[in-house]
Amino acid sequence: MSTTTQRKRSGGIRELGKMFGGGQSSGRQVGILGALVVIIVIFQIATGGLTLDPTNLINLVNQNAYVLILAIGMVMVIIAGHIDLSVGSVAAFTGIVVATSMNSWNLPWPLAILLGLVIGALIGAWQGWWVAYVGVPAFIVTLAGMLIFRGGNQFIGNSATVPVPDAFTVIGGGFLPDFGPDFGYSNPTLLLGLLVAVIVVIQEIRLRRAQTRMQSEKAPLWVSVVKVLILLGIVVYATLLFAGGRVGTSFPVSGIILGVLVLAYSFVTRNTTYGRHIYAVGGNWHAAELSGVKIKRINFFVMMNMSILASLAGMIAVARSVASGPGDGVGWELDAIAAVFIGGAAVSGGIGTIVGSIVGGLVIAVLNNGLQLLGVGVDRVQIIKGLVLLLAVGIDVYSKRQGRPSILGLMNRRRTASPGDQNATPIERPVVEPTNNAESTSRSQSTTPN
Amino acid sequence: MTASPTILEMRSITKEFPGVKALSDVSIEVKAGEIHAICGENGAGKSTLMKVLSGVYPYGTYAGDIIYQGQEMRFKDIRSSEHAGIVIIHQELALIPELSITENIFLGNEPGRGGVIDWEAAKTEAIQLLARVGLNDDPDTQIKNIGVGKQQLVEIAKALNKSVKLLILDEPTAALNEADSQHLLDLIRGLKGKGISSIMISHKLNEIEAVADSITIIRDGKTIETIDVSANGVNEDRIIQGMVGRVLENRFPEHESTIGEVFFEVRNWTVQHPLTAERLVVKNSSFIVRRGEVVGFAGLMGAGRTELAMSIFGRSYGTYLSGRVFKDGEEIQLRTVSEAIEHGIAYVSEDRKTLGLNLLDDIKRSIVSAKLSKISKASVVDKVAEHTVAERYRKSLRIKTPTVDEGVNKLSGGNQQKVVLAKWMFTDPDLLILDEPTRGIDVGAKTEIYGIIRDLAAQGKGIIMISSELPELLGVSDRIYTIFEGTITADLPSAQADPETLMKNMTSKRAVSR
Repeated sequence: MSTTTQRKRSGGIRELGKMFGGGQSSGRQVGILGALVVIIVIFQIATGGLTLDPTNLINLVNQNAYVLILAIGMVMVIIAGHIDLSVGSVAAFTGIVVATSMNSWNLPWPLAILLGLVIGALIGAWQGWWVAYVGVPAFIVTLAGMLIFRGGNQFIGNSATVPVPDAFTVIGGGFLPDFGPDFGYSNPTLLLGLLVAVIVVIQEIRLRRAQTRMQSEKAPLWVSVVKVLILLGIVVYATLLFAGGRVGTSFPVSGIILGVLVLAYSFVTRNTTYGRHIYAVGGNWHAAELSGVKIKRINFFVMMNMSILASLAGMIAVARSVASGPGDGVGWELDAIAAVFIGGAAVSGGIGTIVGSIVGGLVIAVLNNGLQLLGVGVDRVQIIKGLVLLLAVGIDVYSKRQGRPSILGLMNRRRTASPGDQNATPIERPVVEPTNNAESTSRSQSTTPN
Repeated sequence: MTASPTILEMRSITKEFPGVKALSDVSIEVKAGEIHAICGENGAGKSTLMKVLSGVYPYGTYAGDIIYQGQEMRFKDIRSSEHAGIVIIHQELALIPELSITENIFLGNEPGRGGVIDWEAAKTEAIQLLARVGLNDDPDTQIKNIGVGKQQLVEIAKALNKSVKLLILDEPTAALNEADSQHLLDLIRGLKGKGISSIMISHKLNEIEAVADSITIIRDGKTIETIDVSANGVNEDRIIQGMVGRVLENRFPEHESTIGEVFFEVRNWTVQHPLTAERLVVKNSSFIVRRGEVVGFAGLMGAGRTELAMSIFGRSYGTYLSGRVFKDGEEIQLRTVSEAIEHGIAYVSEDRKTLGLNLLDDIKRSIVSAKLSKISKASVVDKVAEHTVAERYRKSLRIKTPTVDEGVNKLSGGNQQKVVLAKWMFTDPDLLILDEPTRGIDVGAKTEIYGIIRDLAAQGKGIIMISSELPELLGVSDRIYTIFEGTITADLPSAQADPETLMKNMTSKRAVSR
């Protein structure tokens, strides 16, 4: 009857939701993805088509790739229940060392990049040690790191700007070399688009196979077809846009680096034991510890990983601006943190996804870009960005306190909960576990009113 | 029938939580100037009753009347009950360690004008209050620098400052040593002489016997009886009889145990409190577990049962002092949780919401979380295998859920507990330690869990079951250890044990052997 159709529909929508990370936070992420689409459409109309213009899009990617890379590391840090304020300074410090190494010591650029990553790893190990093994809160450790590495940058560079050789700039502002016959589009970009399209189709086939093997309730075929068609449509549209820019341009190299990282880290967080452990530590570290998770090692790993990514982001930014300077990376930590929270991560840890954070970062990026295209001043852009962040997280916190899903997640939650929830699911049991442990709860109960 | 007037009467108090009736028609009458003890097993409803009285559960969330000094009271929070002169002192003290004695006494009640505190007045007042409780410490001393016994006295001083007329003490001596306990009990007696009545909740029956003027016994959320001590006298056996004397229902699985050889042994286990170095929470305890045997651990709250279990399970609690663990005749080291899991030991924690589960996670991920290596290759989790495993447990343990993708926070307590059980069964343990495995779940689910426990034992696993419910221990275990103040006081085959014997061994060191 009606329940079966409802079940089918909900299954389909849940599947679509899973594209963006799945789990219990997917509602929020679908919501934020919707918000991104709405923002893009609004700006596209308001700017008279300037937003989805090839040159603008290429710029958008280049301008934001490094913040989005930071967001990848930051969401893992935040899932584990920490924060990293030092990323901007770490990026700047690595930038100046790498620039100096090429400029003054004539280090070849591949070696310089390697050096940069090693520096990131060392800084990360340093901060991770303080956080994981000494037990100093990450907020303090990285606040110190913020000062230390900012100072380090200015000390090494004498507070001056150090230029980098042309070969190095490819990772920041570079494009793929063109080849083959001229169709009026950038061939490497077309190829890249084809690759992504193939991946999309393969992924969906693999998902359905896995579902068959699990004998779980499989989403109806039309859902898969619709899902793939939507995704392919987006891929084709984006490919043609990026491929249709000025001659000599393509999908930016920094965007490719970002894409590879997103795929790799999504895999790590979703499919590996490491990823599971990060969520476990952030979700309930007591339970994680009693399940045999090596909490210190996990904390060390996420902090170290963050600094490595910060170094990479720093190098990409230096490559884009063709020089490293004392003011690089100022405020990046805040952009990255904002992206993560807009993307659905929980302030208290345990919830968040890589893809969600990227979408959150893109919301900020498109807002920035669109407002600038409209000629809105930097002052007002900042005000708007601040309000967006506050609103996104505010809705989330409020809805959690009320025990209700957020407005953005509301539609989705209602649907995902629908199979069999007519009677079976007492949504949220009261905080007080009444029967036998009345004694043990009395403390937590009674201390609050005092 | 004596002349002393009634200060408090709670009439037909009924308090329900979704699915559970915590208090059902409980009545209690406290006379002015008496010490009234409330006795009952863990979970009988004592604390719930006190929360109703002190306004933690405000008027309207319970049924029944509170008559205090001749008037019906409708407390809306703790402040309003304190205003009326009813002050509750919790087992876990509500003092702020970094603040001084004076600051703590006047916290939330600071003397002064317009938000500016008059510290001179506060200090003078504090010295007088401290004198009344027999404390002559400098009122500027920080709370963290005085012992637990003195902290308890500061709590009482704080209550006196609120012009208390009815003092409620929840396990006041649980954390105190003999001398401090004695001092505290003397003080409560002294206050009685000054017209301050007390309600005292305690598991230490000898103390109750010594100070109480009357005793109300609560069992399963119901008033069983009120004993007028001053008129009739009382002894511990009499109280125990009231506390445990319930009809044993036939809700335990019929079982025939096939008990093998001893495979797990703990010798002379001693553990220190994590914060207070002088407190030993487990003292020189030794025990054995045989294959296919369900071993019960009986003890009252704070006796050290959980501490014993958790300290063995990868030293998850307190500071290890001494003791050795043997498995299959060989000594093993269990320094971390992963070592314990490797050695085939599983611990299902007492509190599934804070220690057992990540409530943000879904069912399938929770089930595999303690042994991810079993379903992963090169650290990559095989999600199909994960799903298959979860489905298998969903069916075999009858976890009620539409799919294993559901979040564990959506499950009822009983089903959450089954998920935790599945999680630990998945680690292929030889020894399963179950800490209060049926706490907070309904009767039907309890019976199912008993069945699971007996099945596991039938498979040759050793089971340790810690429980506050004596009928459950007697119905499910093959053998029962009693534990009191960190010491194992008796080792009884359940066939020969009864609730009275257990309770006796759980409440005193003078072990009664049978």
